[in-house]
This record gives sequence, C-alpha cells and structure tokens, in this order.
Amino acid sequence: MSTPIETDVVIIGAGPVGLFAVFELGLYDLKCHLIDILDRPGGQCAELYPEKPIYDIPAWPEISGQALVDRLMEQISPFKPEFHFNRMVSGFRKLDNGRFEVETDEGELLHCHAVVIAAGGGSFQPKRPPVPGIEVYEGTSVFYSVRRMEEFRGKDLLIVGGGDSALDWTLNLQPVAKSVTLVHRRPDFRAAPDSVNKMFAMREEGKINFQVGQVTGLKGEDGQLSAAMVKGPDGDIDIACDRMLPFFGLTMKLGPIADWGLNQHENLIAVDTEKFETSIPGVFAIGDINWYPGKLKLILSGFHEAALMTQAAARLARPDTKMVFQYTTSSTSLQKKLGVQ
Amino acid sequence: MTKITLVAFDGTRFDVDAENGSTVMENAIRNSVPGIEAECGGACACATCHVYVDDAWTDKVGTPEPMEEDMLDFAYDVRPTSRLSCQIKVRSELDGLVVHVPERQA
Ligand SMILES: Cc1cc2nc3c(=O)[nH]c(=O)nc-3n(C[C@H](O)[C@H](O)[C@H](O)COP(=O)(O)OP(=O)(O)OC[C@H]3O[C@@H](n4cnc5c(N)ncnc54)[C@H](O)[C@@H]3O)c2cc1C
Ligand code: FES
Repeated sequence: MSTPIETDVVIIGAGPVGLFAVFELGLYDLKCHLIDILDRPGGQCAELYPEKPIYDIPAWPEISGQALVDRLMEQISPFKPEFHFNRMVSGFRKLDNGRFEVETDEGELLHCHAVVIAAGGGSFQPKRPPVPGIEVYEGTSVFYSVRRMEEFRGKDLLIVGGGDSALDWTLNLQPVAKSVTLVHRRPDFRAAPDSVNKMFAMREEGKINFQVGQVTGLKGEDGQLSAAMVKGPDGDIDIACDRMLPFFGLTMKLGPIADWGLNQHENLIAVDTEKFETSIPGVFAIGDINWYPGKLKLILSGFHEAALMTQAAARLARPDTKMVFQYTTSSTSLQKKLGVQ
Repeated sequence: MTKITLVAFDGTRFDVDAENGSTVMENAIRNSVPGIEAECGGACACATCHVYVDDAWTDKVGTPEPMEEDMLDFAYDVRPTSRLSCQIKVRSELDGLVVHVPERQA
C-alpha cells in the first residue's frame, strides 16, 4: 500500500470546471490535487472539440476549446495544482478524523478535507466499434488499449482505425507481433502525417499489411478470434487474425461514480445550489456531472458553481479562519497569492 | 421553407418543412425521427447523426469537408453517399431532398 498523499482538496476530473475550481480554491489557500483518466487537462474541450470555437465564454467573443484550456492552465499556475493523469478514481471513503480518502485504480491514496467531483459526462473510455457480437471477444481477443506490448508477441494482429492511436500502435507493435494488418475505411488518415508516411513505408517493405475497408463481423469460437470480416472496395474478405485492437475514439461513461452512494438524478449527482454539496457533506459536485433544478450544462455555469462551492469547502477545511470576501482587483493579499504583487 | 424527407430505417417517411439555414439534423431531432441521436448537438464531434443521401441528391448535396470525413471514420457502415446530417444546411436547391437513416449510429 502506498503512503497517502496529504492535501486540502482532491478534484476528480480536470475538465474546464475542475481547472477553474483550482483558482477559486487557491484564493482561499486551499491546495488541490486533480485526477483524470485522460493524459492531459481539458476534459471535453480538449478531447472532443479542441479546434472548435466557443462563443459564450464571458469576455471571450470567440475562443477554441484548446485555447480555453491553455488559458485556464495559465490562470491557475500560481496555485501549483498537482495532476495525476491516466488514473481513474475508483472510490473514496470518510476517515475517522473527518477527512476523506480518495483511491485511484493504480492504488494511490489521497487524503483531503473535501472532495470535489468535476467529472463532467463521466470518464472517457474507448468507444466500442459497431461490430455485431464484438462483446464476446472483449478481454480475450479484442482489446481497446495496450497495457503491455508483450501480450501481442507472436500474434496475428488486426488494428482498426485511422487516428494517432491506430497508427502509433501499428508502428510500435510491428516488431513484436507475428503479423500486423491495419484496416481503415479510406486511404486518408486523421493521424500525424509522419506516422502515416512511416506506415506506408513499412507496407512497401512488406512488414505490415494495409487494407481499406470496414469490419462487419468477427469469426472464432469461445471468444478466440480467428478472422475478421472486412467489407472493402472490392467486396467482402476475411482477414485471419487472433488479436484485434479497434481504435474508434472515446466516449464518456459515468463509471464508478454511480456506485458511490450519492443521491442521483438521472445519472447525475444531485446538489444544492448554495454550496453545490452532494448528499454526503464535504463532497461537492460541480460542472456537467451535477444536477439541480434549472441546471444548464454550460462552462460558465460550472465556473459559477466552482466559486460558490469554494466558500463551503474553505469553511470546512479552515474552520478557524474567518472568511473574508475580497476582490482580486483590489486585495493585496489575493494579489500576493497570484504572484502579481 | 424547403421540403425535405427523412426515411427511418424501418421505412417510415417523415416529410418536414425545413427552414433554410437549419441543418438536416436539427429537423430530424425536432420531428423525432428515430435513429438520429446527435449526441454532440451538431458540432461535428460525435458521428451519431449519420445519414445516407438518396442517390438522386448526392450531386446537389455535395461531398463532406475534411473534418466531417474524419468524423465519418467513427460511423457504422459508411458508404459513398454517407453524410453527417448536422453538416447539411437546408437551402432552396434542396427542395425535395431525401435522406435515409442507417440501421444504427456508432
Ligand atoms: C462538441 C461540444 C461543444 C460544446 N460547446 C459548448 C459551448 O459552446 N459552450 C459551453 O458552455 N459548453 C459547451 N459544451 C459543453 C462543455 O464542454 C461542458 O459543459 C464542459 O466540458 C463541462 O466541463 P466539466 O469540467 O464539468 O466536465 P468535462 O469537460 O466532461 O471533464 C470531466 C473530466 O473528468 C474526468 N473523469 C470523470 N470521471 C472520472 C473518474 N472516475 N476518474 C478520473 N477522471 C474522471 C473525465 O475523463 C474528464 O476529463 C460543448 C460540448 C461539446 C461536446
Ligand atoms: S450531431 Fe454530432 S456529428 Fe452531427
């Protein structure tokens, strides 16, 4: 068991709302750790629409999803938040001393005064491709990520997709696997041009196969894959394989949060509109994950929720400190914290 | 107003009066056409508003932009007539347009 990390607040989810919560909490001297299953900050803005413009962020007539995330990261940097990426929060419990213990799927423990759930639409998980009957093969022959490359040693591997993951794993697993076939529905790719060029070069050398087409079905008994049926430009073909790695992007699933015993409203966590506290005192929920009458899933609503939640979290974490309301424009003590004094 | 027809997978036809400038997806949602999910609300970020443009209309409707083509990678049973309905804007020339909803969305 690892030694628990001691901090003030643990924020579950590093989407725009979780990020802005660092700022609000930071003004009250609360130190934050953020945990996210993604490998970088930004939640939906970074994962689903980095290049698309948002038009309803106050005072930003137009800003792209990624630019918003970059700005937030800059804004919160004075508070030195600590990030734990590629980790899913599996659960939390209340300790005897009144603090909380948050646990990740990698077994890390964090102790804190308050838990802020900013989990948006849930954790990002690989999308299951629309191939009938694929469930039977999952975990035995079909995998959505590569945990250890060794698991593919000596295998006839089929990789499906046209993005960076598909291309990167085609290149990386080629030396390990017995054979690699990449299947994509068209000869153009979303992936970085450099990897695409490398892939085509490998095909020239006869090291991998590339087939244009869409997987329509799978063959093999007892979850052991033997071939994939592929609809290509020249008709249907079977491609022999015993492992398949489909990369069809990410989708959001509520995940373990559903089992945390919090009051819910249609898969969202019910909160009050004074503190944005859940049915467990000391556990808050802000952003897309929460529900209250009139809730709107907007970034700006999440920012407001972060500010109000902070008042309650600060009272909880610093019961002996008098809460003073101050403006960042005029308060020298706030400016010192922001590093502008 | 422009008349467009959405044909659900079971063959049910939805004839709707669509406002010019609106998207085919928006009209599908407003008229509860089954099989159009449009999870991302029309941002070309989910591929759950996939349709097949009727063969008679493919030239008039046109081909997808690169971003839409990328998104179509995530759709099910993509064909040469595939489009994301949130990326088709209704305009007068499309009066009479017919699109078909696929068996399933991704
Ligand atoms: C295409 C599109 C366009 C949009 N346009 C706008 C717009 O114009 N204006 C606007 O205001 N809003 C817009 N939105 C909505 C906006 O993106 C969301 O309201 C916002 O992202 C919510 O932020 P969040 O921080 O609450 O959650 P999210 O951005 O969903 O982030 C939550 C994070 O928590 C992580 N997470 C969840 N559970 C766990 C767990 N158990 N362990 C670890 N990590 C976990 C997830 O991986 C994710 O990174 C749009 C959304 C989409 C999809
Ligand atoms: S509605 Fe999501 S891509 Fe069209």
